[in-house]
Amino acid sequence: MSTSSTTLAELCISIAAKAWQKDGEILATGIGLIPRLAVGLSKLHFNKDLLMTDGEAFLIDQPISLGQKNPISSAEGLMTYSRVFDLLWSGHRHAMVSPTQIDKYAQMNISCIGEYQNPKVQLLGVRGFPGNSICHKNSVFIPNHSKKVFVENEVDMVSSLGFNNNIYKPNVGIVVTNLCVFDFNGNKNSLRLLSIHPGVSLDEIEENTGFEFEIFSESISEIPTKTELKLIRNILDPSGIRENIFGAKK
Amino acid sequence: MNKIVNTNQILSQITDGMTIGIGGWGARRKPMSIIRAICKSDLKDLTIVTYGGPDVGLLCSAKKVKKLIFGFVSLDIIPLDSHFRKARQAGEIKELMEIDEGMLQWGLRAAAMRLPFLPTRVGFGTDVLGKNKEIKLVKSPYDDGEELIAMPAINLDVSLLHVNTADEKGNTLIYGPDPFFDDLFARAAKQTFVSAEQIIKTSEFKKAEVAVYNRFERNLVHGVFHSEGGAHPTSCDPNYGIDIAHLKEYSQASDSFDDYYKKFINISNNEYLDAVGGMSHVNSISKTIF
Repeated sequence: MSTSSTTLAELCISIAAKAWQKDGEILATGIGLIPRLAVGLSKLHFNKDLLMTDGEAFLIDQPISLGQKNPISSAEGLMTYSRVFDLLWSGHRHAMVSPTQIDKYAQMNISCIGEYQNPKVQLLGVRGFPGNSICHKNSVFIPNHSKKVFVENEVDMVSSLGFNNNIYKPNVGIVVTNLCVFDFNGNKNSLRLLSIHPGVSLDEIEENTGFEFEIFSESISEIPTKTELKLIRNILDPSGIRENIFGAKK
Repeated sequence: MNKIVNTNQILSQITDGMTIGIGGWGARRKPMSIIRAICKSDLKDLTIVTYGGPDVGLLCSAKKVKKLIFGFVSLDIIPLDSHFRKARQAGEIKELMEIDEGMLQWGLRAAAMRLPFLPTRVGFGTDVLGKNKEIKLVKSPYDDGEELIAMPAINLDVSLLHVNTADEKGNTLIYGPDPFFDDLFARAAKQTFVSAEQIIKTSEFKKAEVAVYNRFERNLVHGVFHSEGGAHPTSCDPNYGIDIAHLKEYSQASDSFDDYYKKFINISNNEYLDAVGGMSHVNSISKTIF
């Protein structure tokens, strides 16, 4: 399979799936379409010991294909919201999230943009980010890499703990975007470039990131293997819903 | 003992400024027929405590909310609630207690246990502390001496829940696999009112395979309102799923709330069910696969 026939969505799913590769027997949660497919690929290919849910109330033994009608057929246990809290507070989870803003300290925001009492844009609310970020590992997927997301200053409403806290430190995994892959393992937990997606330039990444980052590697992001592509295309998302995430851009 | 009530009897127990807990989660098992009754009433300045969905949106557009205690407001399948967003962006919600969804559980659990607070690390390093000056810290009295967040009890005047089945004594059954935090809402409140798809005889609870779905005790329940389709447009698993088409119409109505109000709120419950296609339609809405 050549680079040109692999779509950006497939590339991101493949890279993101590796986030859970060495996690062992923990709950993997992918919030949003690409992270969810990445959890499925990870479970099928990289880490068969992962626990995963149907996004509703059950632990499932096999990933649910997008569009599948009967998820309960693969249930192996119960995972109500109450149990999700119980589990995550003890740290046995690794989520992949898509914040609206992220800053140089890895603080993330899904609450609101602008002044708090009268926000320019109201989003979800802090949801589970404060608890997730202090209790367990979180990786990040950003579908629209820009200075609006990677903000110059601190995020408007700090929903998750960052590295600027004196007592607690977050556990941040990989940051997969539509342009490149980062982590926060640079000097003093700064953002660090790990690889660049095919066809993207370093300039483009710098122009779209609101703060400076370290360059660990300018290598080209690893494209999915034939086996991974087969699992994505035939098992996880046979109707190709993944391609909607980047609009017309493939 | 007969706790069967109508919405007027429920509303007679709610007064301006009360703190109201609403069960369910996002677009799932919300007591929407009672919420619509509140929207039609003269009630004002309510404090709403919930895992928010269209209940929050409707109450915002109907100008009933003075304070919101929440972790999120979402329609699940549609991530953001347009009515809530409009109210927030216009600065209409005067007081907010925006907290982690687990802290919300902790606040309800503290109230349920009649404790002043429960300790947690959740919230450190975030603006949850900065924006909520009333949340204080507590030091562990043990050798660790750790400083923790003391999540205060969220005491409720009234809780409103929707269940699959109830009897006239206030016994309830939630058949969906996830009861969410309805039990804590019931325990944290002075009075709890439930709407139920179906009313059955107490004798029908006797089978163990039915009684395991009883999630909290009847002495917590002060009134039972028979409301078939009462969670619509939210889901009531396994009876019906989320009415995505209706939620789209609802979402578009944030800028024309008067029209939505006339069409879906300022009418009787039976008229509402007719307006959304009848119970046969509601019961035909399939479960959403996330």
